[in-house]
Amino acid sequence: MIEYVDRLLQGDRRSAAKIITLIENDGADKPEVMRRIYPNTGKAYVLGITGSPGAGKSSLVDEITKQIRAENFKVGIIAVDPTSPFSGGALLGDRIRMQEHALDRGVFIRSMGTRGSLGGLASATKDVVKVLDAYGCDIVIIETVGVGQSELDIMHYADTTLVVLTPGAGDHIQTIKAGIMEIADIFVINKADLGGTEKMITDIEGMLDLSPLLKGWRPPVMATSTLDGKNISNLWETIKKHRRHMIDTGTYREAAEKRLRLEVTEIIQRKLMEIIEKDLLSNGKMSSLTEKLVNREIDPYAAAGDLLKKFLP
Amino acid sequence: MSRRIRVLVAKPGLDGHDRGARVIARALRDAGMEVVYTGLHQTPEQVVEAAIQEDVDVVGLSILSGAHMTLFPRIKQLLAENGADDIMVMGGGTIPEEDVKELKEGGWTEEIFTPGTTIEDIVAWINSNVKVD
Repeated sequence: MIEYVDRLLQGDRRSAAKIITLIENDGADKPEVMRRIYPNTGKAYVLGITGSPGAGKSSLVDEITKQIRAENFKVGIIAVDPTSPFSGGALLGDRIRMQEHALDRGVFIRSMGTRGSLGGLASATKDVVKVLDAYGCDIVIIETVGVGQSELDIMHYADTTLVVLTPGAGDHIQTIKAGIMEIADIFVINKADLGGTEKMITDIEGMLDLSPLLKGWRPPVMATSTLDGKNISNLWETIKKHRRHMIDTGTYREAAEKRLRLEVTEIIQRKLMEIIEKDLLSNGKMSSLTEKLVNREIDPYAAAGDLLKKFLP
Repeated sequence: MSRRIRVLVAKPGLDGHDRGARVIARALRDAGMEVVYTGLHQTPEQVVEAAIQEDVDVVGLSILSGAHMTLFPRIKQLLAENGADDIMVMGGGTIPEEDVKELKEGGWTEEIFTPGTTIEDIVAWINSNVKVD
């Protein structure tokens, strides 16, 4: 697997694809491969696109990619779709809307299943961004699964986050709820060819009037339509404006530091989880406690304390 | 290490009937596989490019147009040209017995499933032919 790294760095797409699979499968060579890739990362700009199912995220990715390619930047696209909690399988259908770039060697598209993650992305997504970064992508676009109100992982991954909404998706109370409405750097009202767009814009602008500005940035609200390409070039210009703003105010650097600290924390958590699952929960002690739990002889807090004694004397 | 079988379900060529392809995609999903569906009207070049980027184990071609004698060899040939001849190619659709024989003997496909095949058979074939390393 290690030999793929050199070819990846030379821009070989088959090697990129193979390394992504290794990472998704959490293969034995992963730490070594990541160690070699890491010094070649940190160059790509990460654009996150999130929103409810069917809001037009994939079509929007396709349109934005067209804009980016017109400026000759190399693009990596990570399209995440949900993994079944029952079978472990997934239907990855985001490519269907990205036909325009299927044969463009300046675009690399990879579909991922969430494989158990609940935050709208897969746990391997962060490392896949690094692979595409090292592969030479100037911009990496991450499309989340269709989200509800609280799958917010994308805010920790992306430099610029677009929240894609459609007209008629609820009254103004929806716009002042916590969660997804708070993480947008840019709001996109897609399918603006449908009725209700104006009201949606008014509701969001009203919400923004009451929101504190983050380092002087008020998220613009943009109405787009991928049917006729309405406002797409303006959207791309706005994305670039946000990038400029991030860099000028020092937010870009701050966010990068925060992201890396979070990443180390997550790796520690994952490793601890593995230890817990291997040593604590599978040695029969848990099953012997189950009977007591069911019979109300011991409560879940006491049971957990009991199991943890080995680690926290 | 959690290996998952990845399959590209593709509709190459000009026929617009993808109900069968969608049924297969759904069934493979339910069998625990990650299925990338390309949508309709794909050129062989598009199918091969998607197979490489998605690093799939198997490409499943659904062809009802009668163009199978052209499409299978072309896709196999492009996979080989791109150093990806380890990706298997299976197919399904209205393909006459003698053509199935010729395609398999020519090495243009690993397996073809004609109407009447059960979903269980297809899942079993993939499970036994994909090398889990």
